[in-house]
Amino acid sequence: MEYKLADFKTPVHNDWCAGCGDFGILNAIQMSLYELEISPHQAAIFSGIGCSGKTPHFINTYGIHTLHGRVLPFAQGAKLANPNLKILAVGGDGDGLGIGSGHFVNSGRRNIDITYIIYNNGVYGLTKGQASPTLKLGMKTKSLPQPNVNDSINPIALACISGFTFIARGYSYDIKHLKEIIKKGIEHSGLSFIDVLQPCPTYNDINTKEWYQSFTLDENNPSIRIPKIYKLEEEDYNGVVDNEEESSNKIIKAIEKSKEWENRIPVGVFYENKKTPTYEERLQSRIENYRSYPPALQTIKDENGNPNTNIDRLIDELRTK
Amino acid sequence: MVISRESISWVIGGPQGSGVDSASHIFLKSIAMSGLNVFGKREYHSNIKGEHSYFSVRFSGKTVRSHVDDIDILVTFDAETIVRHSPFLLEGGILIYDPDVVGKKIEDIHTLDGSSEKRIAHILKIKNKEFSLAGIIQELKERNVILVELPYTKLINKFSEEIQDHSLSKLARITNVMSLAASLAVLNFDIPLMEQGILDTFVNKPKIAELNVKAANYTYSYVKRNFGTIPEKFSRVTKINNEANSNFIIAQGNQTSPLGKMVAGCRFQTYYPITPATDDSEYLESNQIIEQDDKNNGSVVVIQTEDEIAAITMAIGAALTGVRACTTTSGPGFSLMAEALGWAGINEVPLLVSLYQRAGPSTGLPTRQEQGDLLFAINAGHGEFPRIVYSSGDIEESFYDTIRVFNYADIFQTPVIHILDKYLSNSIITCNPFRYKNLKIERGKLLDTKLLDIKQKGFSDHFKRFKLSDDPISLRVPLGTENGIFWNTGDEHDEMGHITEDPETRISMMEKRLSKLDLIQNTIPKEEQVTIEFENNTDNTPKKLVLILSWGSTKGAILDSLEKITETNDTIQFLYLQIKLLNPFPSKLLEDIVNNKIEKVHGTDNASTNIETIVIIIEMNYLSQLDILIKQNTTLKSDHNILKYNGRPMSHSEIYNSLINIINNQSQRRVILKDGV
Repeated sequence: MEYKLADFKTPVHNDWCAGCGDFGILNAIQMSLYELEISPHQAAIFSGIGCSGKTPHFINTYGIHTLHGRVLPFAQGAKLANPNLKILAVGGDGDGLGIGSGHFVNSGRRNIDITYIIYNNGVYGLTKGQASPTLKLGMKTKSLPQPNVNDSINPIALACISGFTFIARGYSYDIKHLKEIIKKGIEHSGLSFIDVLQPCPTYNDINTKEWYQSFTLDENNPSIRIPKIYKLEEEDYNGVVDNEEESSNKIIKAIEKSKEWENRIPVGVFYENKKTPTYEERLQSRIENYRSYPPALQTIKDENGNPNTNIDRLIDELRTK
Repeated sequence: MVISRESISWVIGGPQGSGVDSASHIFLKSIAMSGLNVFGKREYHSNIKGEHSYFSVRFSGKTVRSHVDDIDILVTFDAETIVRHSPFLLEGGILIYDPDVVGKKIEDIHTLDGSSEKRIAHILKIKNKEFSLAGIIQELKERNVILVELPYTKLINKFSEEIQDHSLSKLARITNVMSLAASLAVLNFDIPLMEQGILDTFVNKPKIAELNVKAANYTYSYVKRNFGTIPEKFSRVTKINNEANSNFIIAQGNQTSPLGKMVAGCRFQTYYPITPATDDSEYLESNQIIEQDDKNNGSVVVIQTEDEIAAITMAIGAALTGVRACTTTSGPGFSLMAEALGWAGINEVPLLVSLYQRAGPSTGLPTRQEQGDLLFAINAGHGEFPRIVYSSGDIEESFYDTIRVFNYADIFQTPVIHILDKYLSNSIITCNPFRYKNLKIERGKLLDTKLLDIKQKGFSDHFKRFKLSDDPISLRVPLGTENGIFWNTGDEHDEMGHITEDPETRISMMEKRLSKLDLIQNTIPKEEQVTIEFENNTDNTPKKLVLILSWGSTKGAILDSLEKITETNDTIQFLYLQIKLLNPFPSKLLEDIVNNKIEKVHGTDNASTNIETIVIIIEMNYLSQLDILIKQNTTLKSDHNILKYNGRPMSHSEIYNSLINIINNQSQRRVILKDGV
């Protein structure tokens, strides 16, 4: 059956603030699913808590709005039980890098084939603008009583050292570019992480749309305007690992790149490694028919409703004689 | 008190990591192979090496379901085991020990705890003996304990000469098998069975097995030669040839629930390492390829997560795909799972949590027994949602219960907490092999075809996962089902699963979910909710009706005690009930059973209205949590609470004594048990 872009939308009223960066991400996700011709019922979008957590309700796929910080384990459980599903996980920066940071790091150790998108706006919007783990030290967004006393997490660098095998960044108002990145992330076999810079028009009055879309002037030639956001692929940056030996170097390069901020902020693919076996492949090496007969699709009873499992061999091991 | 000479109680102890486990395994295996009934239990510290651990085995021609405090045969290698356990040696019992340790000073045993030191000091003082190992040996002699000296070093040296092998590093560990062979020698036990027990234990290490068999035979004949006059009372038990038991299995508590999971069709389990729950997951993972009757192989995916929050949420994510999923934990881990439990509740996800209790709060006594999590299991999580809390009374029933609880989860689409504990998990019994082929797998309203035909089923618009109707249980479809798209959220939701704060919808959804509590009580067969474990026939009009209520693993010791008491006493009518369904609490059922019994007892003789009724609640905690539940939910009133919270399981001896005291009107209202090393 062929689907239209509209088939990926729901009639649920969207209560995000006008001008919220989340809209761009939502559109990019819907367009990605449509363009990749993924049937709505074969996809499931998991989300954390916060404004971004509402995303699944606006997308016509299975939508699982989970708990604060726990989107990754929920999503990984579903994927491992049925690896045929296309699983996306979305959530805010506080959700994924504050309360959920342990899951972020440990998901990297597994490399399960899901795509994780963080809506990164530097604030806890839904609880009225407290500092999130990505807000820079000393910043004072408008609802903070005092400037931010904590240093910030670098999500790209954290993903690099945690073992994510596709690491990219997008900007929520460049939907076309973001959509291409999300598509790459979904198509990547392994754990993908996409950090999306997303202005919160209500609570982050520093990293605004205008701030992200501003320019600096070239020192030598003031007539040249240098945009703050630039695309890695346009500056000959290549984060793709072609053989395992170069992965360490590429990780280091990606981390270096991720430190660029203020006047020059890179977006695009920082790192991509197809050589690391996925968790599903690791399971397959222990369970021959894991992919063809995964947990969710196994028959556990016969036509009479009795168990079809045979544990006679294990019971024999326990026999006294 | 000497409970019975029909059973023998054997205890082996030593520092953790010294091989006590393998010695006890061989002993248990050999004894069970001879057709005897066995109950074994393991006690250990939260420590890798060096602290004292011990294993006790009670065996008999009759059924044994619990341990006793008395020891008939105590097997030791070190001084500490003698100091800790010899006070429990019965008059005329046997101590197997190394004469080389007698020189050790008690005050130099740094791992000895205060209780044990105080106990031995007291005994030595009243018996007017020196505070030393020599003093202890003296005291034992006076109590006619038979002292079987095994000079291990000397024996190993002689043995190594005999077999022409001088690699002492290899030989150091054979002290275990020597002590075990000495035990079997004093029992005059069948040598080929002993050899078989050793071969079975080292089945993958033929060279070690062979060495151990030789060492065992060497020690066996050494003991026979030097201690030939062991009274016949010890060997009498092992002479019982119980043909009926030849079909028995030896089941360990941490194997039976995972075996039940396999049969139930659990194909996804998560865990974070924690005593005493981890063994369950390790057994499942070790046997992760599942044989099916149609010759296909299934499999269970077992995942060690980064914490218990990930463990439960991963299991919930898996459950959404239709697989039967479980997470396995103990108290501290379960505390972390509370929030996610509520998520599964509001989203009506069938999820099983195997909760292996240990002593709390916080880290508590990580390797010790307690039933302190009952009220927490019933109340964990904020807000109100239905959940089933179910507990197993012994190792054998934990297998069958595991299959039941998965059915409950599916039928009622709600989380189920299956309570087990350290005592069950680390004990071992002989029982009949599991008969599972005719059990039923009931998946409730889970869509069992791949595709949902919305139009034919008459849905006007979209699939409604949380459809409001007369039945609080709605059709459930796995993620990935065509036409079945639904949403889940931790927020209150509408029929499709979208967020709502609409007050009317809130009422409907609360009523949908919480009306399941009545449905659960009305649907689960009564005999699965409360079991009548013991009811004696009294020929004469009873003087007293004693009603005993318990939950969980105290069952074995209670049953053993009631059997013993009623052997000689027929003036008391006993009724012992195990409450298995703890939430929703079977209030009316319990009241009905009790009231019927009271009426029946009184009805046998109209003049007997003076029959005294005594209600006793037995459980391993301080507050008597079952009593709190009973007070909250019924009109029943308890007269006595037999409780224990020192981390050591209730023994047959303790419960027997407590019940006798109550019957003789010589008991406090609260009876606090304190035994156990």
